[in-house]
Amino acid sequence: MSHAGPLETWTGIILVATTAVAGDVLTAGAMRRIGDLDLIRAKSGLAGAVRAVVSSPMFLLGVASMALSFFSLLFAVSKVEVSLVAPASASLTFLGNAFAAKFFLKENVDRRRWLAALFVCAGVFLLLK
Amino acid sequence: MKHTLSLGQYSVLVAVTLTAAVGDTLLGHGMQQVGPVPIAHLGMLLVAMRNPWVILGIFCLIGFFASYLTALSWADLTFVLPSTAFGYVVVALLSKYWLHEAVSRYRWAGIVLIVCGVGFVANGPSLTEHAVAGEKATEEIGGLR
Repeated sequence: MSHAGPLETWTGIILVATTAVAGDVLTAGAMRRIGDLDLIRAKSGLAGAVRAVVSSPMFLLGVASMALSFFSLLFAVSKVEVSLVAPASASLTFLGNAFAAKFFLKENVDRRRWLAALFVCAGVFLLLK
Repeated sequence: MKHTLSLGQYSVLVAVTLTAAVGDTLLGHGMQQVGPVPIAHLGMLLVAMRNPWVILGIFCLIGFFASYLTALSWADLTFVLPSTAFGYVVVALLSKYWLHEAVSRYRWAGIVLIVCGVGFVANGPSLTEHAVAGEKATEEIGGLR
């Protein structure tokens, strides 16, 4: 049962998506800087891999954004059906991440990846029906 | 150069998919039991973390995070993310064949679109060709040990 109006619902969904995009881009950027975790674990063990990750300020900022997104999600699903909040915020996150990955991470978001983002976004919305 | 994935790397992507889907479902179920959280009482979100379904959901999402970070260390964000969406397909198929719930035509259409989307990226390279900095960082970290 929904306990929120449209403005509160979509503000919550957009907040979840925006903080999720920030978290994804910051952690992806941090992991790119750190390098292949499998290689690090092979050289330095699991403790070395964990140390390499948690000593990255960019990673910690990303985790803070993800924590904010998590609490926004908890707050949102307490007021609006999870069947609306989860797919809607996920769809917005996919599109937001495609833009952010292109402009901040300089990923090669070619036609194939744009199509993938759009197909996944549309598919997640259809799952709501 | 086309970056292809090993069997182990594909299994990490499968773990990303399953733990995200199950974790979200458990969290949703737990929060429905907790009930609405008023904006003036955000501290109730901490109380919600005592709910067993929320705790189970959090454990699943910790597993998701570990596999997600591992995947991001050798693949692009725009390659890894569609695999998380594949979790919705898994949930819909489980609802149909395990819980015997009705899955509408719209949902089947959604499943087809997500499978196509995942297929687009799965067929392409997993990493953009400017990962020299990351490789250099890996060597530096290895050298420091």
